[in-house]
Amino acid sequence: MSTSKNKSLFQKDLVAGALKQAFIKLNPKLMIKNPVMFCVEIGTCVMLIVCISVLFHNDGTQGSLAYNVCVFLILFLTLLFANFAEAIAEARGKAQAESLRKTREETPAKKVSEIGKIYSDEITLVVSSELKKGDMFFCEAGDIIPTDGEIIQGLATIDESAITGESAPVIREAGGDKSSVTGGTKVLSDRITVRVTAEPGESFLDKMIALVEGASRQKTPNEIALTILLAGFTIVFIIVCVTLKPFADYANTPITIAALLSLFVCLIPTTIGGLLSAIGIAGMDRALRANVITKSGKAVETAGDIDVLLLDKTGTITIGNRKATHFYPANGINEAHFIKSAVLSSMADQTPEGKSIVELAAIDISNITINKPTHIKFTAETRSSGIDFADVRIRKGSTDAIKKISEAAGHIFPEEILERVKIISSNGGTPLVVSENEKVIGVVELQDIIKPGISERFERLRKMGIKTVMVTGDNPLTAKFIAEKAGVDDFIAEAKPEDKMNYIKKEQAEGRLVAMMGDGTNDAPALAQADVGVAMNSGTQAAKEAGNMVDLDNDPTKLIEIVEIGKQLLITRGTLTTFSIANDVAKYFAIVPALFITSIPALQGLNIMKLHSPESAILSAVIFNAIIIPLLIPLALRGVEYKPIGASALLRRNLLLYGFGGVIVPFIGIKLIDLAVGLFF
Amino acid sequence: MNTELFGVVATFLLTILLAIPLGKYISKLYKGEHTLLDFMAPFERFIFKVSRIDPLIQMNWKQHLAALLSINMLWFVYAFIMLLTQGSLFLNPDGNPSMSPDLSFNTAISFMVNCNLQHYSGETGLTYLTQLGVITFLQFVSAATGIAALIVVFNAMKAKATEGLGNFFDIFLKSITRILLPISLVIAAILVFNGTPASFDGKDTITTLQGDTVQISRGPAAGMIAIKHLGTNGGGWFGANSAHPLENPNYLTNMVEMIAQVLIPIALIFALGFYLNRRKLSYVIFGVMTFGMLTFLIPTVLAETNGNPAIAHMGIDQSLGSMEGKEVRFGSTASAYWSIVTTIISTGSVNSMHDSSMPVSGAMQLLGMMTNAFYGGCGVGILNYYIFIIIAVFISGLMVGRTPEFLGRKIEAREMKIATMIALLHPFLILVGTAISSYVYKNDPSVGWLNNPGYHGFSEMLYEYTSSAANNGSGFEGLGDNNWFWNVTTGFVLILGRFLPIIGPLAIAGILANKKIIPESTGTLRTDTGTFGIMTYAVIMIIAALAFFPALVLGPLAEYFTLYNH
Repeated sequence: MSTSKNKSLFQKDLVAGALKQAFIKLNPKLMIKNPVMFCVEIGTCVMLIVCISVLFHNDGTQGSLAYNVCVFLILFLTLLFANFAEAIAEARGKAQAESLRKTREETPAKKVSEIGKIYSDEITLVVSSELKKGDMFFCEAGDIIPTDGEIIQGLATIDESAITGESAPVIREAGGDKSSVTGGTKVLSDRITVRVTAEPGESFLDKMIALVEGASRQKTPNEIALTILLAGFTIVFIIVCVTLKPFADYANTPITIAALLSLFVCLIPTTIGGLLSAIGIAGMDRALRANVITKSGKAVETAGDIDVLLLDKTGTITIGNRKATHFYPANGINEAHFIKSAVLSSMADQTPEGKSIVELAAIDISNITINKPTHIKFTAETRSSGIDFADVRIRKGSTDAIKKISEAAGHIFPEEILERVKIISSNGGTPLVVSENEKVIGVVELQDIIKPGISERFERLRKMGIKTVMVTGDNPLTAKFIAEKAGVDDFIAEAKPEDKMNYIKKEQAEGRLVAMMGDGTNDAPALAQADVGVAMNSGTQAAKEAGNMVDLDNDPTKLIEIVEIGKQLLITRGTLTTFSIANDVAKYFAIVPALFITSIPALQGLNIMKLHSPESAILSAVIFNAIIIPLLIPLALRGVEYKPIGASALLRRNLLLYGFGGVIVPFIGIKLIDLAVGLFF
Repeated sequence: MNTELFGVVATFLLTILLAIPLGKYISKLYKGEHTLLDFMAPFERFIFKVSRIDPLIQMNWKQHLAALLSINMLWFVYAFIMLLTQGSLFLNPDGNPSMSPDLSFNTAISFMVNCNLQHYSGETGLTYLTQLGVITFLQFVSAATGIAALIVVFNAMKAKATEGLGNFFDIFLKSITRILLPISLVIAAILVFNGTPASFDGKDTITTLQGDTVQISRGPAAGMIAIKHLGTNGGGWFGANSAHPLENPNYLTNMVEMIAQVLIPIALIFALGFYLNRRKLSYVIFGVMTFGMLTFLIPTVLAETNGNPAIAHMGIDQSLGSMEGKEVRFGSTASAYWSIVTTIISTGSVNSMHDSSMPVSGAMQLLGMMTNAFYGGCGVGILNYYIFIIIAVFISGLMVGRTPEFLGRKIEAREMKIATMIALLHPFLILVGTAISSYVYKNDPSVGWLNNPGYHGFSEMLYEYTSSAANNGSGFEGLGDNNWFWNVTTGFVLILGRFLPIIGPLAIAGILANKKIIPESTGTLRTDTGTFGIMTYAVIMIIAALAFFPALVLGPLAEYFTLYNH
């Protein structure tokens, strides 16, 4: 990911916009969605009325005008801070989305009409927004693809760097798993005809951008449950504050409305209440920054709960494709001759395996000249490829295929080659047997190269409690070897698409949550079945529709990051809730003595912070309560760090930091604020 | 260690020593394994046959609740009518009158809900018929109701729980025939041998050393006093409760009664460990609850043994501790221990006058009832604790980055809604009740409830509602509470404070039982660790205790600071 995306949390232009939004969000219709802050808004309105009445008729029972105005202003600031937190999170999401959207501005499109005005397959120039679902357009080298679609004809190299940041061009072609193109990307060579798969403004990206911007964000189940708990706390403190009035009357202790409201606002969990939606938006924004677009906030949250992770071997655990690592000639065959034959058979072979044989042999093929060679291409039927020239027929292929050829010609498959084949297989390699004129002359060992650093990532996943499963088409022997070497917990060998599906279903039946990545159309059912399905952006439209996230980088290890983002999201909510509630201890000790101290002087003993005066105590508590919100915005946006140290250890750590810290910090904070406020009140 | 403290420590250790095997026994009993008391089976079968109940029918959580609530309703009607008419019924040698409707209402509810708030005095307020047929009867069945509700929750917590969570009537009856009845017999026997009366004769008349004639009430009291403690009921035979020399004759009976009231609540914690095969969980719960008890006990013992500075100021020796309102035969330490045990456990029996406790002790007694989850009442204590576990699981689940789960089941919005409502209920009942009474008194002091207006009077009102909401039953007895206002308001608080905290946990457990079990992984938050214990303790103290801080400041704390600042 490019570093330019990690800009500072508070950019000037974003802050200005967010400040404006903070005022707009004061609209009660919007505020009521957040019960905690709605209560603060009501309290603020009441304070305003109190201020006005004191201004016109001050009988001294409600304290000085300055004091009341101060309380009003602080409550108002608390509201603005909370709104600002949400607005800045949205603004960051929007800014992120904007950079995506830039790639989707109006571009000219060459629309193809099957039955045109004059002749068939007529091409007209329209703007991209006029393209409807089902329309077809045409792109050639140099064109910007106007909107999402699926290639129905042709093949092209495409530069997707605008979306993925990856500069290497990719190949997209009709049919198969790499047929989808994304609006905003650029065709570098060749020409394609594309069918539009989304209505304007409703393309996959458009929908997801809207989510990130917060416009269509829905509360996740955990967020709902937390809101219920926070509403519960709010109601408890409504009861506490309302009943305090008759209690105080009984004790002949008049309480000012300002003091009662201050106590109330301090006690209800405004810190988490104010930051809750910011945390949720920031979670999706973090996913977007990792170049993953999520269909819903819920998907990010679910990612944090994943128990099982299905990963394709190729490209995820191993680097792309197998490479040749050894030549093993049969007995009585000259090694140099065998190597040369192997190279000859691979001369026209453009598969990575073929190329790697030439590479390993270190023979310059341009120096080799043969007369009238016939290249035999690999087919699924023969399961071998090779070359014919003069009277030489060289073939290379799977053990079974070559065995068949050689035995058909009456040769015996050499014992030592059979032995070698077994050794190679059990070491996780793939044997490629080479025959010359139907006689086996040796075997080439192909090995999977495990990505550097991948086993550390699996170790990290294991510590998170996530089981990793490798999916591969290899035989069980090879699969086992690679699985052990890479450090995955389980593998599915010789996997057919339905095997993935069955594995997911089995794990789900046992109550586990499963995540998988996929790109092909045949992955779509499994992607839909998985609790978290991440489709590659390069994948087919079907795969993208089936999953609930799309990875723009096409990086299969991205799931690990997604899991961490999901966990961070929950942790941030949990720790800030704990912090918010733990703060109440100190606030009680600041405000409650202040309420009664004038009529019950003995309660001075309860003023353990030795705050200057009742007014300064109350003001300090509300000021602390207000400024803690903006102070915690960076934490809410960045998220509390997740450490895979086991649940109990993590709880201990966070309980100490945010629980115990939440008790201590406000004592210090309120005392410090009081030192300043005490100068005036 | 001084002897008084030694007595308390010995009592507590003895309790644990007895509670562990009892817990094992309870677990065996409900697992359907063979136990010593299997000879009760024919008797139980007979009862089921007569009442036409098939004890093998499995019930889901809703059916359990329906059964529980309907039989409770029946008992209430029965008790209400009996108390209203007791004066003209038999077994009334002292010729005591019938109760007024509001007092009958309050008393019937109070005993049905295992609270035993008494707005009357046993010697003159009840007849032997109602003492046995209403009071003692309800003391058995209300304790059994609590145990049965808890066992249903245990069943729902099982790994392979299904819709069927046992048969309510079967569990209920067995908790009487196999637990409460046999142990009560043993306790009653000990009491009788130490001088507690068990006779149907009316008042006795004796001549004192000074030559005065004194009438002494008695009756078939021993059995009732046994179940009053064993079932965490607390309502005394005599008005002075266990401070009365016949109800609690000596230090030995005092120990027995203290052990008896904590026995089942602690045994049920261990039973949870044995029954669900989660012993570590039960140890953690026991640890948290014990720590909670110590949080309240230590300040109380210190306050009581240090004596009253105001009295010391008058030149009266306070080396025995603050002895106002306490019995010399028990001493200040044992009385302090009792006062905390009886308040955290919802027994509400007293061996000293809580109204005369030091302000700090009063605050601790109040907090014991406000939290109401450290050991807690028969069965219901763990149900209250269960709610706090759910909230603690939720918050700490978030803190470790996983959708919260308890024993493999996800805690979601619906469960949180119920848990939050139940956690809200307690502060609501107590604070609103006290607010109304404060308001009424402030506007018309002629209602005359309070003998000491001021902070202490406020504490008395706060205590009365706290005791009602917690179904405790003890009182700061300075309050004049036998009148229409207190009988009716506390009556409603009692009902709500009893049944909602039973319905809530049962519903949550029932809903959770129907959810799929999520297998444990290293990412799963374990609930049987010390860390989670600390979390639960913090949740209880912050949610249950903190909400009452302002009220406590205006009551006992104001009194404390006033007392010690002079």
